[in-house]
Amino acid sequence: MRRSRALGRIVFLGPGLIYLIVLLLVPLALLLSFTVFRRGRFGGIVYELTGENFTRLIDPLYLDVLLDSLKIATITTVIALLVGYPTAYLIAQLPRKWKTIALVAIVLPFWTNFLVRIYAWIVLLSGPGLVNSTLMKLGLIDKPLELLYNQGTIVTGLIYSYLPLMVLPLYAAIEKLDPQLREASANLGARPARTFLSVTLPLTLPGVITGSLFVFVPSFGNFVVPELLGGGRSIMVGNLIRDQFLTARDWPFGAALSLALIAVLIVLLLLQAWSARRA
Amino acid sequence: MRRPRLMYVPFWLTYVFLYTPIVVLVVMSFNSDDSPYTFGGFSLKWYGELASDGTIQQGLVNTLIVAVGSTVLATVLGTMLAVGLARHSRSRVLDAISVMPAILPDLVLGIGLLVFYATIKLTLGLYSVLLAHAVFGMAFVTAVVRTRLAAHGDTSLEEASRDLGATPFTTFMRITLPQLAPGIAAGALLVFTLSIDEFVIASFTAAPLEPTLPMVIYSMVRFGVTPEINALATLLLAVSFTVVIAAQRMTRLTESLS
Repeated sequence: MRRSRALGRIVFLGPGLIYLIVLLLVPLALLLSFTVFRRGRFGGIVYELTGENFTRLIDPLYLDVLLDSLKIATITTVIALLVGYPTAYLIAQLPRKWKTIALVAIVLPFWTNFLVRIYAWIVLLSGPGLVNSTLMKLGLIDKPLELLYNQGTIVTGLIYSYLPLMVLPLYAAIEKLDPQLREASANLGARPARTFLSVTLPLTLPGVITGSLFVFVPSFGNFVVPELLGGGRSIMVGNLIRDQFLTARDWPFGAALSLALIAVLIVLLLLQAWSARRA
Repeated sequence: MRRPRLMYVPFWLTYVFLYTPIVVLVVMSFNSDDSPYTFGGFSLKWYGELASDGTIQQGLVNTLIVAVGSTVLATVLGTMLAVGLARHSRSRVLDAISVMPAILPDLVLGIGLLVFYATIKLTLGLYSVLLAHAVFGMAFVTAVVRTRLAAHGDTSLEEASRDLGATPFTTFMRITLPQLAPGIAAGALLVFTLSIDEFVIASFTAAPLEPTLPMVIYSMVRFGVTPEINALATLLLAVSFTVVIAAQRMTRLTESLS
Protein backbone atom coordinates (compact mmCIF):
# COMPACT_ATOMS: atom_id res chain seq x y z
CA MET A 1 0.00 0.00 0.00
CA ARG A 2 2.68 2.44 1.02
CA ARG A 3 4.72 1.57 -2.03
CA SER A 4 1.80 2.15 -4.38
CA ARG A 5 1.19 5.50 -2.71
CA ALA A 6 4.78 6.58 -3.27
CA LEU A 7 4.47 5.36 -6.85
CA GLY A 8 1.27 7.39 -7.31
CA ARG A 9 3.06 10.45 -6.06
CA ILE A 10 5.90 10.04 -8.56
CA VAL A 11 3.63 9.18 -11.46
CA PHE A 12 1.21 12.08 -10.95
CA LEU A 13 3.47 14.81 -9.63
CA GLY A 14 6.68 13.89 -11.45
CA PRO A 15 6.11 14.88 -15.09
CA GLY A 16 4.46 18.22 -14.33
CA LEU A 17 7.04 19.18 -11.76
CA ILE A 18 9.97 18.23 -13.96
CA TYR A 19 8.43 20.33 -16.72
CA LEU A 20 8.03 23.33 -14.43
CA ILE A 21 11.53 22.96 -13.02
CA VAL A 22 13.15 22.78 -16.45
CA LEU A 23 11.06 25.40 -18.24
CA LEU A 24 10.15 27.76 -15.40
CA LEU A 25 12.42 27.60 -12.37
CA VAL A 26 15.73 27.02 -14.15
CA PRO A 27 15.11 29.82 -16.72
CA LEU A 28 14.12 32.20 -13.91
CA ALA A 29 17.15 31.32 -11.80
CA LEU A 30 19.36 31.73 -14.87
CA LEU A 31 17.85 35.12 -15.66
CA LEU A 32 18.27 36.36 -12.11
CA SER A 33 21.85 35.11 -11.94
CA PHE A 34 22.70 37.41 -14.87
CA THR A 35 22.11 40.43 -12.65
CA VAL A 36 25.55 40.05 -11.06
CA PHE A 37 27.51 39.59 -14.28
CA ARG A 38 28.96 41.99 -16.80
CA ARG A 39 27.71 42.63 -20.28
CA GLY A 40 29.93 41.53 -23.14
CA ARG A 41 31.12 44.12 -25.62
CA PHE A 42 28.84 42.77 -28.36
CA GLY A 43 26.04 41.65 -26.10
CA GLY A 44 26.04 38.33 -24.32
CA ILE A 45 27.42 37.71 -20.86
CA VAL A 46 30.89 37.97 -19.40
CA TYR A 47 31.02 35.89 -16.23
CA GLU A 48 32.72 38.50 -14.10
CA LEU A 49 31.05 39.66 -10.89
CA THR A 50 29.83 43.26 -10.76
CA GLY A 51 27.31 45.36 -8.86
CA GLU A 52 26.90 47.98 -11.55
CA ASN A 53 23.61 46.58 -12.86
CA PHE A 54 22.03 47.41 -9.53
CA THR A 55 23.55 50.86 -9.20
CA ARG A 56 22.22 51.69 -12.67
CA LEU A 57 18.71 50.93 -11.40
CA ILE A 58 18.77 54.05 -9.23
CA ASP A 59 20.13 56.22 -12.03
CA PRO A 60 17.43 58.97 -12.35
CA LEU A 61 17.00 58.04 -16.01
CA TYR A 62 15.78 54.54 -15.14
CA LEU A 63 14.33 55.33 -11.73
CA ASP A 64 11.93 57.78 -13.38
CA VAL A 65 10.68 55.07 -15.72
CA LEU A 66 10.18 52.74 -12.77
CA LEU A 67 8.28 55.42 -10.83
CA ASP A 68 6.22 56.35 -13.89
CA SER A 69 5.24 52.70 -14.31
CA LEU A 70 4.23 52.55 -10.66
CA LYS A 71 2.17 55.71 -11.11
CA ILE A 72 0.44 54.50 -14.29
CA ALA A 73 -0.31 51.09 -12.79
CA THR A 74 -1.64 52.66 -9.59
CA ILE A 75 -3.96 55.10 -11.40
CA THR A 76 -5.19 52.22 -13.57
CA THR A 77 -5.90 50.09 -10.51
CA VAL A 78 -7.71 52.86 -8.62
CA ILE A 79 -9.99 53.74 -11.56
CA ALA A 80 -10.67 50.06 -12.26
CA LEU A 81 -11.65 49.64 -8.61
CA LEU A 82 -13.95 52.69 -8.65
CA VAL A 83 -15.73 51.43 -11.77
CA GLY A 84 -15.49 47.74 -10.92
CA TYR A 85 -16.88 47.83 -7.40
CA PRO A 86 -20.36 49.21 -8.20
CA THR A 87 -20.50 46.95 -11.25
CA ALA A 88 -19.65 43.83 -9.24
CA TYR A 89 -22.06 44.93 -6.50
CA LEU A 90 -24.99 45.25 -8.90
CA ILE A 91 -24.16 41.95 -10.65
CA ALA A 92 -24.26 40.23 -7.25
CA GLN A 93 -27.80 41.57 -6.68
CA LEU A 94 -29.15 40.36 -10.04
CA PRO A 95 -31.45 37.32 -10.33
CA ARG A 96 -29.48 34.12 -10.89
CA LYS A 97 -29.99 33.82 -14.63
CA TRP A 98 -29.03 37.43 -15.33
CA LYS A 99 -26.10 37.14 -12.98
CA THR A 100 -24.47 34.46 -15.16
CA ILE A 101 -25.14 36.42 -18.33
CA ALA A 102 -23.74 39.63 -16.80
CA LEU A 103 -20.62 37.79 -15.62
CA VAL A 104 -20.00 36.08 -18.96
CA ALA A 105 -20.41 39.48 -20.65
CA ILE A 106 -17.68 40.83 -18.38
CA VAL A 107 -15.31 37.93 -19.10
CA LEU A 108 -15.86 37.66 -22.87
CA PRO A 109 -13.74 40.64 -23.95
CA PHE A 110 -10.98 39.41 -21.68
CA TRP A 111 -10.68 36.15 -23.62
CA THR A 112 -10.37 37.90 -26.94
CA ASN A 113 -7.09 38.81 -28.54
CA PHE A 114 -5.25 41.40 -26.49
CA LEU A 115 -3.75 43.13 -29.54
CA VAL A 116 -7.13 43.29 -31.21
CA ARG A 117 -8.60 45.00 -28.18
CA ILE A 118 -5.79 47.56 -28.10
CA TYR A 119 -6.06 48.03 -31.85
CA ALA A 120 -9.76 48.85 -31.41
CA TRP A 121 -8.75 51.86 -29.33
CA ILE A 122 -6.41 53.09 -32.06
CA VAL A 123 -9.36 52.95 -34.48
CA LEU A 124 -11.49 54.90 -31.99
CA LEU A 125 -9.00 57.51 -30.80
CA SER A 126 -6.65 58.24 -33.70
CA GLY A 127 -6.68 61.57 -35.55
CA PRO A 128 -9.35 60.71 -38.13
CA GLY A 129 -10.89 58.13 -35.75
CA LEU A 130 -14.49 57.74 -34.71
CA VAL A 131 -14.35 59.88 -31.56
CA ASN A 132 -12.74 62.84 -33.32
CA SER A 133 -14.94 62.62 -36.42
CA THR A 134 -18.08 62.43 -34.28
CA LEU A 135 -17.02 65.44 -32.22
CA MET A 136 -16.24 67.37 -35.40
CA LYS A 137 -19.58 66.50 -37.02
CA LEU A 138 -21.32 67.72 -33.89
CA GLY A 139 -19.39 70.96 -34.24
CA LEU A 140 -17.83 70.64 -30.82
CA ILE A 141 -14.26 70.84 -32.12
CA ASP A 142 -12.66 72.29 -35.26
CA LYS A 143 -9.65 70.06 -35.63
CA PRO A 144 -8.93 66.55 -34.34
CA LEU A 145 -7.82 66.25 -30.72
CA GLU A 146 -4.59 64.48 -29.83
CA LEU A 147 -6.26 61.56 -28.09
CA LEU A 148 -3.56 58.95 -28.70
CA TYR A 149 -0.01 58.74 -27.44
CA ASN A 150 -0.20 60.07 -23.91
CA GLN A 151 -0.34 58.57 -20.43
CA GLY A 152 -4.13 58.94 -20.30
CA THR A 153 -4.43 56.71 -23.36
CA ILE A 154 -2.14 54.14 -21.78
CA VAL A 155 -4.28 54.13 -18.64
CA THR A 156 -7.44 53.73 -20.76
CA GLY A 157 -5.92 50.80 -22.65
CA LEU A 158 -4.76 49.09 -19.44
CA ILE A 159 -8.15 49.52 -17.74
CA TYR A 160 -9.82 48.15 -20.85
CA SER A 161 -7.50 45.15 -20.82
CA TYR A 162 -7.75 44.22 -17.15
CA LEU A 163 -11.09 45.49 -15.82
CA PRO A 164 -12.59 41.96 -15.91
CA LEU A 165 -9.82 40.83 -13.55
CA MET A 166 -11.05 43.44 -11.07
CA VAL A 167 -14.75 42.63 -11.36
CA LEU A 168 -14.47 38.85 -10.88
CA PRO A 169 -12.81 38.73 -7.42
CA LEU A 170 -14.93 41.68 -6.26
CA TYR A 171 -18.05 39.84 -7.35
CA ALA A 172 -16.93 36.69 -5.51
CA ALA A 173 -16.37 38.68 -2.30
CA ILE A 174 -19.63 40.63 -2.50
CA GLU A 175 -21.60 37.50 -3.38
CA LYS A 176 -20.45 35.84 -0.15
CA LEU A 177 -21.65 38.77 1.93
CA ASP A 178 -24.66 37.99 4.14
CA PRO A 179 -27.40 40.55 3.24
CA GLN A 180 -28.66 40.32 6.83
CA LEU A 181 -25.57 42.15 8.01
CA ARG A 182 -26.48 45.15 5.88
CA GLU A 183 -30.09 44.97 7.04
CA ALA A 184 -28.97 44.86 10.66
CA SER A 185 -26.82 47.91 10.08
CA ALA A 186 -29.73 49.77 8.45
CA ASN A 187 -32.12 48.74 11.23
CA LEU A 188 -29.70 50.11 13.77
CA GLY A 189 -30.06 53.45 12.02
CA ALA A 190 -26.96 53.58 9.83
CA ARG A 191 -27.28 55.52 6.58
CA PRO A 192 -26.36 53.60 3.39
CA ALA A 193 -22.98 55.35 3.20
CA ARG A 194 -22.20 54.39 6.79
CA THR A 195 -23.32 50.79 6.22
CA PHE A 196 -21.09 50.63 3.15
CA LEU A 197 -18.03 52.01 4.94
CA SER A 198 -18.38 50.06 8.20
CA VAL A 199 -19.91 46.78 7.01
CA THR A 200 -19.80 46.10 3.27
CA LEU A 201 -16.36 47.47 2.42
CA PRO A 202 -14.40 45.88 5.30
CA LEU A 203 -16.00 42.50 4.66
CA THR A 204 -15.24 42.63 0.95
CA LEU A 205 -11.71 43.90 1.45
CA PRO A 206 -10.08 40.59 0.42
CA GLY A 207 -11.86 40.90 -2.95
CA VAL A 208 -10.71 44.52 -3.26
CA ILE A 209 -7.11 43.51 -2.62
CA THR A 210 -7.16 40.48 -4.93
CA GLY A 211 -8.79 42.48 -7.73
CA SER A 212 -6.35 45.34 -7.32
CA LEU A 213 -3.45 42.91 -7.47
CA PHE A 214 -4.85 41.23 -10.59
CA VAL A 215 -5.03 44.61 -12.33
CA PHE A 216 -1.82 46.09 -10.97
CA VAL A 217 0.48 43.16 -11.77
CA PRO A 218 -0.13 42.90 -15.53
CA SER A 219 -0.39 46.70 -15.87
CA PHE A 220 2.93 47.31 -14.18
CA GLY A 221 4.92 44.99 -16.44
CA ASN A 222 3.02 45.73 -19.64
CA PHE A 223 4.94 46.86 -22.70
CA VAL A 224 2.47 46.36 -25.52
CA VAL A 225 -0.07 48.99 -24.43
CA PRO A 226 2.57 51.72 -23.88
CA GLU A 227 4.12 50.79 -27.22
CA LEU A 228 0.90 50.90 -29.26
CA LEU A 229 -1.06 53.57 -27.39
CA GLY A 230 1.82 55.52 -25.87
CA GLY A 231 3.79 56.39 -28.95
CA GLY A 232 6.57 53.85 -28.67
CA ARG A 233 8.94 55.64 -26.32
CA SER A 234 10.32 53.66 -23.36
CA ILE A 235 7.86 54.99 -20.85
CA MET A 236 7.20 51.93 -18.76
CA VAL A 237 9.55 49.43 -17.22
CA GLY A 238 8.25 46.67 -19.52
CA ASN A 239 9.43 48.59 -22.61
CA LEU A 240 12.77 49.20 -20.98
CA ILE A 241 13.23 45.51 -20.20
CA ARG A 242 12.18 44.42 -23.67
CA ASP A 243 14.61 46.92 -25.22
CA GLN A 244 17.51 45.65 -23.10
CA PHE A 245 16.98 42.15 -24.44
CA LEU A 246 16.00 42.77 -28.06
CA THR A 247 17.65 46.10 -28.98
CA ALA A 248 20.38 47.14 -26.56
CA ARG A 249 21.51 43.53 -25.99
CA ASP A 250 22.36 44.38 -22.40
CA TRP A 251 21.10 41.19 -20.77
CA PRO A 252 22.57 41.77 -17.28
CA PHE A 253 20.89 45.16 -16.94
CA GLY A 254 17.66 43.78 -18.41
CA ALA A 255 17.84 41.01 -15.83
CA ALA A 256 18.34 43.58 -13.04
CA LEU A 257 15.27 45.49 -14.27
CA SER A 258 13.30 42.21 -14.33
CA LEU A 259 14.41 41.58 -10.77
CA ALA A 260 13.14 45.04 -9.77
CA LEU A 261 9.82 44.24 -11.44
CA ILE A 262 9.54 40.90 -9.64
CA ALA A 263 10.57 42.49 -6.33
CA VAL A 264 7.72 45.02 -6.50
CA LEU A 265 5.28 42.21 -7.26
CA ILE A 266 6.56 40.00 -4.43
CA VAL A 267 6.10 42.87 -1.96
CA LEU A 268 2.52 43.25 -3.18
CA LEU A 269 1.85 39.49 -2.95
CA LEU A 270 3.19 39.45 0.61
CA LEU A 271 0.93 42.39 1.49
CA GLN A 272 -2.00 40.49 0.05
CA ALA A 273 -1.17 37.31 1.99
CA TRP A 274 -0.79 39.37 5.16
CA SER A 275 -4.14 41.13 4.71
CA ALA A 276 -5.86 37.84 3.80
CA ARG A 277 -4.63 36.33 7.07
CA ARG A 278 -5.93 39.33 9.02
CA ALA A 279 -9.33 39.13 7.30
CA MET B 1 -33.02 47.30 0.72
CA ARG B 2 -33.13 49.98 -1.95
CA ARG B 3 -30.09 50.31 -4.16
CA PRO B 4 -28.76 53.77 -4.75
CA ARG B 5 -29.62 54.89 -8.30
CA LEU B 6 -26.15 56.30 -8.77
CA MET B 7 -24.66 52.79 -8.85
CA TYR B 8 -26.33 52.03 -12.15
CA VAL B 9 -24.14 54.60 -13.88
CA PRO B 10 -20.78 52.78 -13.43
CA PHE B 11 -22.58 49.47 -14.05
CA TRP B 12 -23.83 50.43 -17.52
CA LEU B 13 -20.69 52.44 -18.18
CA THR B 14 -18.65 49.25 -17.71
CA TYR B 15 -20.57 47.39 -20.40
CA VAL B 16 -20.62 50.35 -22.80
CA PHE B 17 -16.87 50.75 -22.24
CA LEU B 18 -16.18 47.03 -22.79
CA TYR B 19 -18.29 46.62 -25.92
CA THR B 20 -18.04 49.92 -27.86
CA PRO B 21 -14.58 49.19 -29.32
CA ILE B 22 -15.63 45.64 -30.19
CA VAL B 23 -18.83 46.75 -31.94
CA VAL B 24 -16.93 49.40 -33.88
CA LEU B 25 -14.37 46.81 -35.06
CA VAL B 26 -17.05 44.39 -36.20
CA VAL B 27 -19.06 47.05 -38.05
CA MET B 28 -15.94 48.44 -39.73
CA SER B 29 -14.89 44.98 -40.90
CA PHE B 30 -17.89 45.05 -43.28
CA ASN B 31 -16.91 48.44 -44.67
CA SER B 32 -16.85 48.88 -48.44
CA ASP B 33 -14.71 52.02 -48.09
CA ASP B 34 -10.93 51.85 -48.21
CA SER B 35 -10.70 54.16 -45.20
CA PRO B 36 -10.74 52.35 -41.88
CA TYR B 37 -12.57 55.30 -40.30
CA THR B 38 -15.62 56.11 -42.42
CA PHE B 39 -18.34 53.59 -43.16
CA GLY B 40 -19.25 53.56 -46.84
CA GLY B 41 -21.65 50.63 -47.03
CA PHE B 42 -21.74 46.87 -46.52
CA SER B 43 -19.11 44.70 -48.19
CA LEU B 44 -17.20 41.50 -47.60
CA LYS B 45 -14.13 42.59 -49.53
CA TRP B 46 -11.83 42.73 -46.50
CA TYR B 47 -12.62 39.13 -45.73
CA GLY B 48 -11.65 38.38 -49.33
CA GLU B 49 -8.34 40.20 -48.87
CA LEU B 50 -7.78 38.22 -45.73
CA ALA B 51 -8.34 34.92 -47.53
CA SER B 52 -5.62 35.78 -50.06
CA ASP B 53 -3.04 37.14 -47.62
CA GLY B 54 -0.23 34.61 -47.47
CA THR B 55 1.49 36.09 -44.40
CA ILE B 56 -1.68 35.88 -42.35
CA GLN B 57 -2.36 32.34 -43.53
CA GLN B 58 1.12 31.20 -42.60
CA GLY B 59 0.75 32.95 -39.24
CA LEU B 60 -2.53 31.16 -38.67
CA VAL B 61 -1.03 27.77 -39.52
CA ASN B 62 1.91 28.43 -37.16
CA THR B 63 -0.47 29.54 -34.41
CA LEU B 64 -2.63 26.44 -34.77
CA ILE B 65 0.37 24.11 -34.65
CA VAL B 66 1.58 25.83 -31.47
CA ALA B 67 -1.89 25.96 -29.92
CA VAL B 68 -2.77 22.32 -30.57
CA GLY B 69 0.63 21.09 -29.39
CA SER B 70 0.76 23.19 -26.25
CA THR B 71 -2.86 22.37 -25.42
CA VAL B 72 -2.22 18.62 -25.57
CA LEU B 73 0.97 18.92 -23.54
CA ALA B 74 -0.49 21.32 -20.96
CA THR B 75 -3.70 19.31 -20.58
CA VAL B 76 -1.96 15.99 -19.94
CA LEU B 77 0.66 17.44 -17.59
CA GLY B 78 -1.75 19.84 -15.89
CA THR B 79 -4.40 17.20 -15.22
CA MET B 80 -1.88 14.80 -13.71
CA LEU B 81 -0.39 17.57 -11.62
CA ALA B 82 -3.85 18.62 -10.37
CA VAL B 83 -4.65 15.05 -9.30
CA GLY B 84 -1.21 14.68 -7.77
CA LEU B 85 -1.49 17.93 -5.81
CA ALA B 86 -4.99 17.15 -4.58
CA ARG B 87 -4.47 13.47 -3.74
CA HIS B 88 -0.78 12.89 -3.19
CA SER B 89 0.64 16.06 -1.71
CA ARG B 90 0.11 18.58 1.02
CA SER B 91 3.06 20.73 0.06
CA ARG B 92 2.37 24.45 -0.11
CA VAL B 93 5.57 24.95 -2.06
CA LEU B 94 4.34 22.67 -4.83
CA ASP B 95 0.99 24.50 -4.82
CA ALA B 96 2.82 27.79 -5.20
CA ILE B 97 4.99 26.48 -8.04
CA SER B 98 1.93 25.17 -9.89
CA VAL B 99 0.25 28.61 -9.94
CA MET B 100 3.45 30.56 -10.50
CA PRO B 101 3.28 30.67 -14.32
CA ALA B 102 -0.18 32.30 -14.09
CA ILE B 103 1.00 35.00 -11.67
CA LEU B 104 4.42 35.71 -13.13
CA PRO B 105 4.38 38.59 -15.66
CA ASP B 106 4.44 37.10 -19.15
CA LEU B 107 7.32 39.41 -19.98
CA VAL B 108 9.50 37.80 -17.32
CA LEU B 109 8.53 34.27 -18.37
CA GLY B 110 9.25 35.12 -22.01
CA ILE B 111 12.65 36.60 -21.25
CA GLY B 112 13.56 33.79 -18.87
CA LEU B 113 12.86 31.28 -21.61
CA LEU B 114 14.72 33.34 -24.21
CA VAL B 115 17.78 33.38 -21.96
CA PHE B 116 17.41 29.67 -21.21
CA TYR B 117 17.05 28.66 -24.87
CA ALA B 118 20.06 30.81 -25.75
CA THR B 119 22.13 29.23 -22.98
CA ILE B 120 21.37 25.64 -23.99
CA LYS B 121 21.84 26.74 -27.63
CA LEU B 122 18.38 25.68 -28.74
CA THR B 123 17.52 27.13 -32.14
CA LEU B 124 14.22 28.97 -31.90
CA GLY B 125 11.27 27.65 -33.88
CA LEU B 126 7.65 26.70 -33.46
CA TYR B 127 8.53 24.04 -30.90
CA SER B 128 10.22 26.57 -28.61
CA VAL B 129 6.99 28.63 -28.52
CA LEU B 130 4.97 25.45 -28.06
CA LEU B 131 7.02 24.43 -25.01
CA ALA B 132 6.72 27.97 -23.61
CA HIS B 133 2.94 28.13 -24.05
CA ALA B 134 2.57 24.81 -22.28
CA VAL B 135 4.18 26.35 -19.17
CA PHE B 136 1.41 28.87 -18.52
CA GLY B 137 -1.21 26.56 -20.07
CA MET B 138 -0.41 23.97 -17.43
CA ALA B 139 -1.11 26.47 -14.64
CA PHE B 140 -4.59 27.11 -16.01
CA VAL B 141 -5.43 23.43 -16.55
CA THR B 142 -4.19 22.59 -13.06
CA ALA B 143 -6.32 25.37 -11.54
CA VAL B 144 -9.51 24.45 -13.42
CA VAL B 145 -9.13 20.70 -12.80
CA ARG B 146 -8.41 21.29 -9.12
CA THR B 147 -11.61 23.31 -8.81
CA ARG B 148 -13.44 20.34 -10.30
CA LEU B 149 -11.65 17.94 -7.92
CA ALA B 150 -12.62 20.11 -4.97
CA ALA B 151 -16.24 20.24 -6.13
CA HIS B 152 -16.26 16.44 -6.44
CA GLY B 153 -14.07 15.95 -3.42
CA ASP B 154 -15.69 12.68 -2.45
CA THR B 155 -12.95 10.07 -2.65
CA SER B 156 -15.17 7.16 -1.58
CA LEU B 157 -15.57 5.89 -5.14
CA GLU B 158 -11.81 5.82 -5.58
CA GLU B 159 -11.41 4.02 -2.26
CA ALA B 160 -14.11 1.51 -3.19
CA SER B 161 -12.34 0.87 -6.47
CA ARG B 162 -9.05 0.26 -4.65
CA ASP B 163 -10.71 -1.97 -2.04
CA LEU B 164 -12.14 -4.06 -4.86
CA GLY B 165 -8.60 -4.65 -6.04
CA ALA B 166 -8.21 -2.18 -8.88
CA THR B 167 -4.71 -0.92 -9.54
CA PRO B 168 -4.13 2.85 -9.10
CA PHE B 169 -3.95 3.12 -12.87
CA THR B 170 -7.33 1.43 -13.39
CA THR B 171 -8.87 3.56 -10.65
CA PHE B 172 -7.56 6.69 -12.29
CA MET B 173 -8.71 5.75 -15.78
CA ARG B 174 -12.15 4.43 -14.84
CA ILE B 175 -13.16 6.50 -11.81
CA THR B 176 -11.18 9.72 -11.46
CA LEU B 177 -10.77 10.70 -15.11
CA PRO B 178 -14.47 10.45 -16.12
CA GLN B 179 -15.41 12.58 -13.12
CA LEU B 180 -12.90 15.23 -14.14
CA ALA B 181 -13.68 15.17 -17.87
CA PRO B 182 -15.70 18.43 -18.03
CA GLY B 183 -13.03 20.29 -16.09
CA ILE B 184 -10.28 18.90 -18.30
CA ALA B 185 -12.17 19.85 -21.45
CA ALA B 186 -12.78 23.38 -20.18
CA GLY B 187 -9.12 23.70 -19.17
CA ALA B 188 -8.02 22.51 -22.61
CA LEU B 189 -10.31 25.01 -24.35
CA LEU B 190 -8.87 27.81 -22.23
CA VAL B 191 -5.28 26.89 -23.00
CA PHE B 192 -6.14 26.70 -26.67
CA THR B 193 -7.73 30.19 -26.62
CA LEU B 194 -4.89 31.66 -24.56
CA SER B 195 -2.25 30.15 -26.83
CA ILE B 196 -3.94 31.42 -30.01
CA ASP B 197 -3.96 34.97 -28.58
CA GLU B 198 -0.64 34.95 -26.77
CA PHE B 199 1.82 37.53 -28.02
CA VAL B 200 4.42 38.53 -25.44
CA ILE B 201 5.96 35.11 -24.75
CA ALA B 202 5.77 34.15 -28.42
CA SER B 203 7.60 37.31 -29.44
CA PHE B 204 10.58 36.23 -27.31
CA THR B 205 10.56 32.50 -28.02
CA ALA B 206 9.60 32.29 -31.71
CA ALA B 207 11.93 32.47 -34.66
CA PRO B 208 11.39 35.84 -36.43
CA LEU B 209 10.80 34.06 -39.73
CA GLU B 210 8.15 31.79 -38.25
CA PRO B 211 5.80 34.31 -36.59
CA THR B 212 2.56 33.30 -34.94
CA LEU B 213 -0.63 35.13 -35.89
CA PRO B 214 -0.49 37.62 -32.99
CA MET B 215 3.06 38.49 -34.05
CA VAL B 216 1.77 39.14 -37.57
CA ILE B 217 -1.08 41.26 -36.16
CA TYR B 218 1.39 43.20 -34.02
CA SER B 219 3.49 44.21 -36.99
CA MET B 220 0.33 45.10 -38.96
CA VAL B 221 -0.97 47.27 -36.09
CA ARG B 222 2.37 48.98 -35.67
CA PHE B 223 2.46 49.70 -39.38
CA GLY B 224 -0.91 51.42 -39.24
CA VAL B 225 -4.64 50.93 -39.26
CA THR B 226 -6.03 48.88 -42.16
CA PRO B 227 -9.55 47.51 -42.64
CA GLU B 228 -8.06 44.07 -43.16
CA ILE B 229 -7.17 43.90 -39.47
CA ASN B 230 -10.83 44.64 -38.67
CA ALA B 231 -11.90 41.56 -40.61
CA LEU B 232 -9.24 39.41 -38.96
CA ALA B 233 -10.17 40.82 -35.54
CA THR B 234 -13.84 40.01 -36.11
CA LEU B 235 -13.02 36.40 -37.00
CA LEU B 236 -10.81 36.06 -33.92
CA LEU B 237 -13.57 37.57 -31.76
CA ALA B 238 -16.06 35.05 -33.15
CA VAL B 239 -13.72 32.15 -32.35
CA SER B 240 -12.94 33.25 -28.77
CA PHE B 241 -16.57 34.10 -28.00
CA THR B 242 -17.66 30.65 -29.16
CA VAL B 243 -14.96 28.85 -27.22
CA VAL B 244 -15.53 30.78 -23.99
CA ILE B 245 -19.29 30.32 -24.10
CA ALA B 246 -18.75 26.60 -24.74
CA ALA B 247 -16.37 26.41 -21.77
CA GLN B 248 -18.90 28.28 -19.64
CA ARG B 249 -21.56 25.71 -20.51
CA MET B 250 -19.28 22.79 -19.69
CA THR B 251 -18.21 24.05 -16.31
CA ARG B 252 -19.15 27.10 -14.37
CA LEU B 253 -16.12 28.87 -15.72
CA THR B 254 -16.94 32.26 -14.23
CA GLU B 255 -17.19 30.68 -10.81
CA SER B 256 -13.94 28.74 -11.00
CA LEU B 257 -12.11 31.91 -12.00
CA SER B 258 -13.51 34.20 -9.34
